[in-house]
Amino acid sequence: MQEFLTNYAPILIFMGIAIGLGLVLILAAVIIAVRNPDPEKVSAYECGFNAFDDARMKFDVRFYLVSILFIIFDLEIAFLFPWAVSFADMSMTAFWSMMVFLAVLTVGFAYEWKKGALEWE
Amino acid sequence: MNAGLTILMSLALIMALLVAAGVFTWVERRGLGFLQERLGPNRVGPFGFLQWIADTVKLLTKEDEVPPGGDAVTFRLAPALAAIPVLAGFAVVGFGPGLTLSALDMGVIFALAMLALTVYAMVLGAWASHNRYALLGGLRAAAQMLSYEAFFGLSLMGVVMISGSLNLGQIVEAQSGLWFIVTQPLGFALFMLAGIAAAHRLPFDLQESEQDLVAGFMTEYSGMSFALFFLGEYLAIILVSALAVTLFFGGWLGPILPGPVWFGLKVGALALAFIWIRAILPRPRYDQLVAFAWKWALPLALLNLLLTGAIVVLAGAGGGAA
Repeated sequence: MQEFLTNYAPILIFMGIAIGLGLVLILAAVIIAVRNPDPEKVSAYECGFNAFDDARMKFDVRFYLVSILFIIFDLEIAFLFPWAVSFADMSMTAFWSMMVFLAVLTVGFAYEWKKGALEWE
Repeated sequence: MNAGLTILMSLALIMALLVAAGVFTWVERRGLGFLQERLGPNRVGPFGFLQWIADTVKLLTKEDEVPPGGDAVTFRLAPALAAIPVLAGFAVVGFGPGLTLSALDMGVIFALAMLALTVYAMVLGAWASHNRYALLGGLRAAAQMLSYEAFFGLSLMGVVMISGSLNLGQIVEAQSGLWFIVTQPLGFALFMLAGIAAAHRLPFDLQESEQDLVAGFMTEYSGMSFALFFLGEYLAIILVSALAVTLFFGGWLGPILPGPVWFGLKVGALALAFIWIRAILPRPRYDQLVAFAWKWALPLALLNLLLTGAIVVLAGAGGGAA
């Protein structure tokens, strides 16, 4: 518990100060900055047009696909970190079991590639 | 460490970082001017050195309105989210022997996590802007960050395996014989690629590429909100450079000069490389950018990991000391 505190308390304090700084800068801008709005000036930029229909439009499903791929691979990396720190002290079994895990993952990766999940078109 | 000292150190570090980021904007503009055979800012102070202070004052007084239909609270708070996590990431960086705010055992993971959090600023800011270009920029930011984050951690796994630690200080100590850039050149190359993408710098700044998206997720921002996004970007450059120096270039280790000076010199040199890369490389197309991350960088990072693992295991089995 003591070690936990000495490690994380400075980070919390530092983060607190950083958050304070961010809020102060935003507030300072709100107080100091000129405010003279007019409908033409504040309207959303759209290449010289008036904005027609909602800007929050449908977007490409590929963006979702990338995030789904990411979830799979990031989990894998989350498993790899503790293994990488300590595998030199562990037996060969630890090494080979991770190799098997990676091999299974590579099969999945090859399947995704083959299915065209990595193509943007 | 007692609380008063920590607060004092935190304040000093934040001030130093803000000044460093400000000076770096001037260095970048002068550097780009030099590389493009023009002068760059040279009016305010000697060699235009005080330009960044003048810019800060100007940005502080600039009008900044929420566009109609936008989400006002998110619109105002998102820029702070670009700068705060990057600042927090510096809490685990070791500037010299024992000279760190927190010698966290998970330092590497913490710093990477903080760097990755900035994507929320871009996505939320883009969504709150209620603008087409901003939305597209935000989506690009998310997909790019996810693609490059996938091998960001993998690229430095080799370093973690050789040094057997995630503590940034211990990783530096493990390099007293040989810098990891020698044993992990592929890891370093991949780390820098992902680092440039994480700091969303040219040539990987597709989320704000001004030729096709006006200013991307920053289209509707001006004044101090814009400045905070900017601050986040420059702090991210310094953080990525600091991490690269710690992980691959022996951190504060060096002859004669004291540790922090060496650290500063190395970080400065790497940060200059960011400007150099920006000046000489064109931007890739978006699909090429994402495809490269998945089809080349990720398999290469895995390969690097396997090779490093095999070598460390063989060395351990043969010589006993890995």
